[in-house]
Amino acid sequence: MIVEDMSIIEQSLRAPGIYEMTLYGESVNMMTTPGQFLHIKVEEGISPLLRRPISICDVNLEKKELSIIYRVEGKGTTLLSRKKPGDVVNVLGPLGKGFPIRDEEKGKTALLIGGGVGIPPLYYLAKKLVEAGIKVETVLGFRTAHDIFLEEEFALLGNLHISTEDGSKGTKGFVTTILEQSSFRYDTFYSCGPLPMLRAVEAATVTPGYVSLEERMGCGVGACLACVCATVHAKEGSKDYRKVCSDGPVFRAGEVVL
Amino acid sequence: MTGLNVQLPGLTLKNPVMPASGCFGFGQEYSQFYDLNELGAITVKAVTVEPRRGNPTPRVAETDGGMLNAIGLQNPGLNHIMNHELPWLEAYDIPVIVNVAGNTIEDYMAVTKRVSQAKNVSAVELNISCPNVKIGGIQFGSDPNIAAELTRKVVAVSKVPVYVKLSPNVADIVSMAKAVEAAGADGLSMINTLVGMKIDVKTGKPVIANKTGGLSGPAIKPVAIRMIYQVSQAVSIPIIGMGGIQTADDILEFLMAGASAVAVGTANFIDPYACPKLIKSLTQRMEELNICDVTDIIGRSWKTCNSIPS
Repeated sequence: MIVEDMSIIEQSLRAPGIYEMTLYGESVNMMTTPGQFLHIKVEEGISPLLRRPISICDVNLEKKELSIIYRVEGKGTTLLSRKKPGDVVNVLGPLGKGFPIRDEEKGKTALLIGGGVGIPPLYYLAKKLVEAGIKVETVLGFRTAHDIFLEEEFALLGNLHISTEDGSKGTKGFVTTILEQSSFRYDTFYSCGPLPMLRAVEAATVTPGYVSLEERMGCGVGACLACVCATVHAKEGSKDYRKVCSDGPVFRAGEVVL
Repeated sequence: MTGLNVQLPGLTLKNPVMPASGCFGFGQEYSQFYDLNELGAITVKAVTVEPRRGNPTPRVAETDGGMLNAIGLQNPGLNHIMNHELPWLEAYDIPVIVNVAGNTIEDYMAVTKRVSQAKNVSAVELNISCPNVKIGGIQFGSDPNIAAELTRKVVAVSKVPVYVKLSPNVADIVSMAKAVEAAGADGLSMINTLVGMKIDVKTGKPVIANKTGGLSGPAIKPVAIRMIYQVSQAVSIPIIGMGGIQTADDILEFLMAGASAVAVGTANFIDPYACPKLIKSLTQRMEELNICDVTDIIGRSWKTCNSIPS
């Protein structure tokens, strides 16, 4: 991981409040593991003070470019969304441990389940899985048809199933509605999205899998202990906790308390 | 040649910059970015007798120019620190300061007794000012009599100099400082975080799970400067100053207010290279301002203008 001023190549609106940004820099060379994230200092100075953790959506090693897809939620992401091509942002990354892809999975099927801004890191994962000879089946959840992004991109990599809460596209309901209605055959699942979704996914799946968590962070490198989560065996006074930033954000399903 | 050396009880510092406790873990994370030997010293995270899991998340929230945290002294406990963290730090040739916390005075004594015997521990820093734990933090640091009793008992069992980290969440910081000085403290660290709160206007609920948190970052710097200015004139033990340091000028301001060295906290989160960058820019800035030696400017603000603001 390094700190680098990365140039903005492109910025576009993908859905209401959802932006995609393409960044260029040398540190892209290190971004070969899907599921890792960046810690972005949006502005110089003290407003906003802290960095913003944002997951990596796609990487182009040849062009030294990466893309992030983020939701505008507060001051930092609002300022980020106003940046133009040619502007620079200070990036610390890549951070965290990403999704593992095991050689012995070749020829098998992976089920990817994503919701909201948990979807972007699954895209680079899907590409990497397909590259490794693993079939990909994807289930994505959105609020409405207007909120959908990355649909065409995922559809190129395997079967894609979409749920919307209002039923305006795909299956009406949540990703778990699709999991309950369909009988997917898969060997490993990978999931990223809001905590209630991850809980429901863990409950609805049986095979080995991985979940990627989101948490408010201070340092992003494992020093400040702001973003911890407990392992399922943790008791008060034990050391059984994990740091989302450096031990995660990806954990084995069932390893930590969601 | 710019003089950066500072000599403090137990601490021979090649420069006056160290990371603040709780903001640097036990050094391993930041050792991936630079050689820790560049630091003046290292202050490690608070150590308690038993491991502590800390508070529920969310534990941090951003504010204008600051950050609230309520980690709750999470640490792997005394044994783990003795067996793993301190030996790992032996590879570095910098003074190690161990921040000590506990639920009872006996806890502080037990931790101090053991860590002060470790061969690479140069000083301990008593954490009597953590605002984020129900017991063992700030209540030791808000009553001068209790703070003095704690200091006296810990000094008696410590093999190394004892620094007491003062809380700014008191009505009279000077009397706290005098009380621990009289009880035998070798130095002071100040300030710890200010108790603060942030509410999410969408939900009406506090953002931090613990409800309140400790405010750090540039927003608290003027409070730290004022308190160090007052305390450094009232005591004769040295002060390690901290609270929102972001630039070399901030360091100079702390020294001029009366601190003999400084600790950098929140800035490490914003830039992992904050400490080495500050050390480098401090030298440059001192040259620009014709300051030959850091020790020349300690307390300059009150040595040249002798009045204590009330």
